[in-house]
Amino acid sequence: MKNITLPLTEKLIENLHVGDEVLLTGKIYTARDQAHARLQKAIKSGKGLPLDLKGQIIYYCGPTNTPKGKVIGSCGPTTSSRMDAFTEDLLKIGLIGMIGKGIRSQQVLKAIKRYKAIYFLTYAGCGALLSKYVKTKKIAAYPDLGPEAIYRLEVIDFPLIVGIDSKGNDIFKQKGF
Amino acid sequence: MKETNMRYIKAEQIKKIVAGLCYEANVILRPDILGQLKLAFKKEHSSRAKKILKAIIDNAKTALHEKLAICQDTGMPVVFVQLGQDVHVSGGNLTKAINDGVGIGYKRNYLRNSIIKDPITRGKPGFSPAVIHYEIVPGQKIKITLLPKGFGCENKAQVKMFKPTTNIKVIKEFVVDAVKQAGPDACPPFVVGIGIGGTQDYACLLAKKALLRKIDKQSMFEKELLKEINKLGIGPMGLGGKVTCLGVNIETYPTHIAGLPVAVNISCHAMRSASAVL
Repeated sequence: MKNITLPLTEKLIENLHVGDEVLLTGKIYTARDQAHARLQKAIKSGKGLPLDLKGQIIYYCGPTNTPKGKVIGSCGPTTSSRMDAFTEDLLKIGLIGMIGKGIRSQQVLKAIKRYKAIYFLTYAGCGALLSKYVKTKKIAAYPDLGPEAIYRLEVIDFPLIVGIDSKGNDIFKQKGF
Repeated sequence: MKETNMRYIKAEQIKKIVAGLCYEANVILRPDILGQLKLAFKKEHSSRAKKILKAIIDNAKTALHEKLAICQDTGMPVVFVQLGQDVHVSGGNLTKAINDGVGIGYKRNYLRNSIIKDPITRGKPGFSPAVIHYEIVPGQKIKITLLPKGFGCENKAQVKMFKPTTNIKVIKEFVVDAVKQAGPDACPPFVVGIGIGGTQDYACLLAKKALLRKIDKQSMFEKELLKEINKLGIGPMGLGGKVTCLGVNIETYPTHIAGLPVAVNISCHAMRSASAVL
């Protein structure tokens, strides 16, 4: 088990290997389908992004609404492969890590290797449990998207498994997928 | 001619019941599912598979204690209504009452607004409508079942029209392959619903309905398929293990001499549903 406090430096990433278990502390951003489509459109049109993604981690997550008295609702990962088509463009502008569930495409795997980035898995279908590791939640962009908006989450000891490391080693390829 | 006794049920009452089912289904994991998850924990040997299953079981406990949704994907609400033919719904429109109940239940319990009005233009998500399946049955009661269907697994559903002379082995291969294709993305260990017979659309409905049945009582054929699926070794989260599937349920219906429709509907381990009888 490795304890990592953000920001993720090149050296930290280099020392993380496929299959490693990590407890992550720091600030991450949620984004899923529609937010990715908007970010990519903004990049391609040359307009500025609503947030700086350089050196940041995106968590593929659309939380439930937040119950009274709680920081966040249920907040587990969504299927990462739906974000595959957008990922390279985000890595190109400096995104350094992603958290989600499931397999990534060959294109994403190559891009992760090229940009020395990292892909983490977290417990899939465990949104209630994962909510306990989130300390703050703030809207960061696209509030009109509701659960699909970009939120900034402050997490403490958020449990992760390295799915694809910066050398391009893929946990699912090792399992025969 | 003697008239049967008509029973009146108020639309308002149906709305309240449906709102309550939204909480029950999304927050309280079905006992048969939790039971099989605990058995799966015992069956697995690898520390990783055990750790993931423990997280899944702990998640169900946390959801219950904290009154949180088991999964942030609180699904497309699918409602099955068995409407007794001697029931008269009074004081409102039945479909509206169900959709209003879903809207209230989801909003009140801080579930996720995942439903967009137009599949093409998308737009801002809301809480309803549900997909509603009506069945008219004898009697004076209404049974309402709510199945919140997450789309990580719904996206992996498959249907195929086989030839009537197709060997059963080929059917089994199709099912196993559908599970293999669902893979790590759809949150294994799964519950697999299979619909065989009817028409193409009806087989799909049967496969979805099959998910509603408890998974702790299985036929020989279901057990055989479960064994085959578990040979895949996909395991919890797709990271390997003995338990890829918690249970297989098959529903069948008469079909045409020229065909053999087979549908597979996969559920993630957060297989949620709740029922009420009025």
